[in-house]
Amino acid sequence: MRAYAAVFGARFRALLQYRAAAAAGLGTQVFWGLIRVMIFGAFYATAPQAAPMSFPQVVTYVWLGQGMIRLLIWRSDPAVEGMIRTGTVAYELVRPVDLYWLWFSRSAANLTAPTLLRAVPMYALAGLVLGMEPPASPAAGAAWAASVAVAVLLATSMCTLASISLLWTISGEGVSRLLPAAVWCLSGMVIPLPFFPDWAQPVLRALPFRGMMDLPFRIYIGHLGAGDWAGALGHQAAWAAGLVLLGRWALCRGQRRLVVQGG
Amino acid sequence: MHIVVEDLVKTFRIAERRSGLLGALAGVVRRRHRTVRALDGVSFEIGAGELVGYIGPNGAGKSTTVKVLAGILVPDSGRCEVAGRVPWKRRIEHVRDIGVVFGQRTQLWWDLPAVESFELLRDIYRVPAGDYRRTLDELVGLLDLAPLLDTPVRQLSLGQRMRCDLAAALLHSPRLLYLDEPTIGLDAVSKLAVRDFIRERNRSRGVTVLLTTHDMDDIEALCRRVILIHEGGILHDGPLDALRARVRPERRLIVDLADANGGIDDREAEVVAREGRRVTLRFDPARTPAAELIARIASRHALRDLFVENPPIEEVIARIYAEARA
Repeated sequence: MRAYAAVFGARFRALLQYRAAAAAGLGTQVFWGLIRVMIFGAFYATAPQAAPMSFPQVVTYVWLGQGMIRLLIWRSDPAVEGMIRTGTVAYELVRPVDLYWLWFSRSAANLTAPTLLRAVPMYALAGLVLGMEPPASPAAGAAWAASVAVAVLLATSMCTLASISLLWTISGEGVSRLLPAAVWCLSGMVIPLPFFPDWAQPVLRALPFRGMMDLPFRIYIGHLGAGDWAGALGHQAAWAAGLVLLGRWALCRGQRRLVVQGG
Repeated sequence: MHIVVEDLVKTFRIAERRSGLLGALAGVVRRRHRTVRALDGVSFEIGAGELVGYIGPNGAGKSTTVKVLAGILVPDSGRCEVAGRVPWKRRIEHVRDIGVVFGQRTQLWWDLPAVESFELLRDIYRVPAGDYRRTLDELVGLLDLAPLLDTPVRQLSLGQRMRCDLAAALLHSPRLLYLDEPTIGLDAVSKLAVRDFIRERNRSRGVTVLLTTHDMDDIEALCRRVILIHEGGILHDGPLDALRARVRPERRLIVDLADANGGIDDREAEVVAREGRRVTLRFDPARTPAAELIARIASRHALRDLFVENPPIEEVIARIYAEARA
């Protein structure tokens, strides 16, 4: 454990240095968040009876998403991409640690450090001036925190799986184009999932993506009652565990066919 | 640590792209593959505490062998045991005991000072704090790292970076060290420092070293035993001198003539180079003893200076490659 914690810590500390990127990101997120809020404003002004949640709830949902945007995985871990392309991955393989958990730790740091840098100022700002509301109840707040923690594991296991796919594709280009399309729509980042048509709901419910955004957010705004929390966390955790198992299996197969680039 | 390699075979499948636009389009429809035998029945044995040079031209299979021995690559067939363990089957246990330097890449974090990479490696290898302090102090002394430790790695010169990389590979006190071109691109001073360090680790610590290099000076300075690999097979395994003896024995006689316009004409020595007054002759010491040739040339020509030397090892090796290809 100490080895993985050290890898996580080192990467986390390194990423916390990118404050300028975080500040620039915050500006962008506020801008897009305002646009999304205005679109929903127009929607609620014309057809409020069709909405599955109240306007303040949607606004809060939007800002929660704008703060967590870096938890949405865009691509495989860039550090691993670089190593596989240049062959430095050889050094990863001569370390006395489990390669899966090594990459998992790296990805976890890679997702949490930027998220932390963005979420904290974003929530402060949104809570003060942009109409984001506090959690529906203290219990909902606690359940939300737990759900975000599991969401981090879920996103990390997905990112690690994307990194492992590099053993077959070498360049991460394909994955980094396909993944965001699925993740953005199906997690609730573009439109909150309850707004999707009824026929899409069973599909959205089954897929893992809602565990990264939609579930924690709906717990926070009170759209999911206390009775649904266990089910929501269970869904997230089951997918995270499944993706870890899938990743380990794929890595096991991939390692046998791994060709380390270059002499 | 004892290394046994027996009849190792490793093939790679390489996608070939035909040239030109048509070729690229054809490649979309149907890929053509070519199989390359990187290792084609390689066998050798290395005893604990040996320092062995592993040489061969580019693409001969050197790095592939090192990767198999490090547990990174799985061979197609053959036996390989390091200290009684099959590297790729018990990778984690195996790599605890080995240190690796791939000269063309760095294991240090590019944006961080070297010391932070060292601390991360300490945690990854679970080196106890006391041992770490002691080993690091020793390595810092031997490799003269004190002024480099707190500089971000990207700002180090290649020679400085290589010294840090060597230290990084040895922090966990491995008993076996694979060095893949550790002197590549280094200047003369850095090369000497790296060589001295390798020799010291081997002699005083009994670290077994397998050294891959294109620099024959590395080999001459460090290795009593040389394994020469070519197109996936072993051409030579033994002392460096035996390598010389394999090709037609030859010596060089270099003379400086008193007369700038003079020439040398001897039936048993062939002129290979001429530069001003300096003439380089090639002769076969078995047929013509050096003393006899020198006496004969000195009696016929006015000489300022002369000396005898072995042909450069590069030429010897180049000739062995050429013979192997023929």
